[in-house]
Amino acid sequence: MARARVLIRPKEGILDPQGKAVERALPALGFEGVEHVRVGRMVELEADDPERLPELCEKLLANPLIEDFEIEQL
Amino acid sequence: MIWGVLQFPGSCDERDALHACELTGGEARLIWHEERSLEGIDAVVVPGGFSYGDYLRAGAIARFSPAMEAVAEFAAAGGPVLGICNGFQVLCEANLLPGALLLNESTRFTCRQVELVADGPESGDIVRFQARRRLSIPVKHGEGRYWAPEEVLDAVEAGGGVAFRYAPGQNPNGSARDIAGVRNEAGNVLGLMPHPEHAVDPMTGSTDGLRVFEAVAGARA
Repeated sequence: MARARVLIRPKEGILDPQGKAVERALPALGFEGVEHVRVGRMVELEADDPERLPELCEKLLANPLIEDFEIEQL
Repeated sequence: MIWGVLQFPGSCDERDALHACELTGGEARLIWHEERSLEGIDAVVVPGGFSYGDYLRAGAIARFSPAMEAVAEFAAAGGPVLGICNGFQVLCEANLLPGALLLNESTRFTCRQVELVADGPESGDIVRFQARRRLSIPVKHGEGRYWAPEEVLDAVEAGGGVAFRYAPGQNPNGSARDIAGVRNEAGNVLGLMPHPEHAVDPMTGSTDGLRVFEAVAGARA
């Protein structure tokens, strides 16, 4: 079994309202000077055949139209 | 005419969809997500709700259900398919329609009546509305911001693929170019975020939603 971590993030140029909401909340907590916040998600998994991970990501874990993904072997 | 209304775990608008289908004069039955056959079905509705809990992305898991495999074949053979809200998201995830539905610009779930403007060509496809005709239909969604790359939007518009736009000033979610609903190139698959099945009875204020179901029924002929 190979362990891997997949990072999925909204594509560059697509408005990320979640990131914007986080960004707007930060000054109220005293964290000034934080910008360009983008919220994605992370999937950890174990796979028999890590060579198939890119295909798996394109078909299910990410929507390639709106999201980029990175696979990190652990 | 027999309608098939898909039902996934987490669907919640399938009963209203059945009712709307029956109001067009046809019969309607539920298709459980594990059913692999659409034999005898003349038109399909993929209803609203939260299929499979909307885990991962709205519509991402439902797309791989046996019933959706059957719908893909049905659509490829020219069968009329109507996707509403979550159903629209499922059809986009399944690549039966262009684009994707993203989190509302407001980050909030939005539930209200909106006016839609029917767009595109007047005949030969699933929505035989006169262009510029207005419909009053409710929206209720958290992830309804229609998005596609600029070149795809251009191609969809040029090909008459925009079925509905939100009326000026009424875009509830930040959708690109005010797009509320799109159809595929062949014209037999239609998806929209607003809920025509919730606008079929004068008691709830508008019966404009029936026009959408009637148009889908008419597309079969």
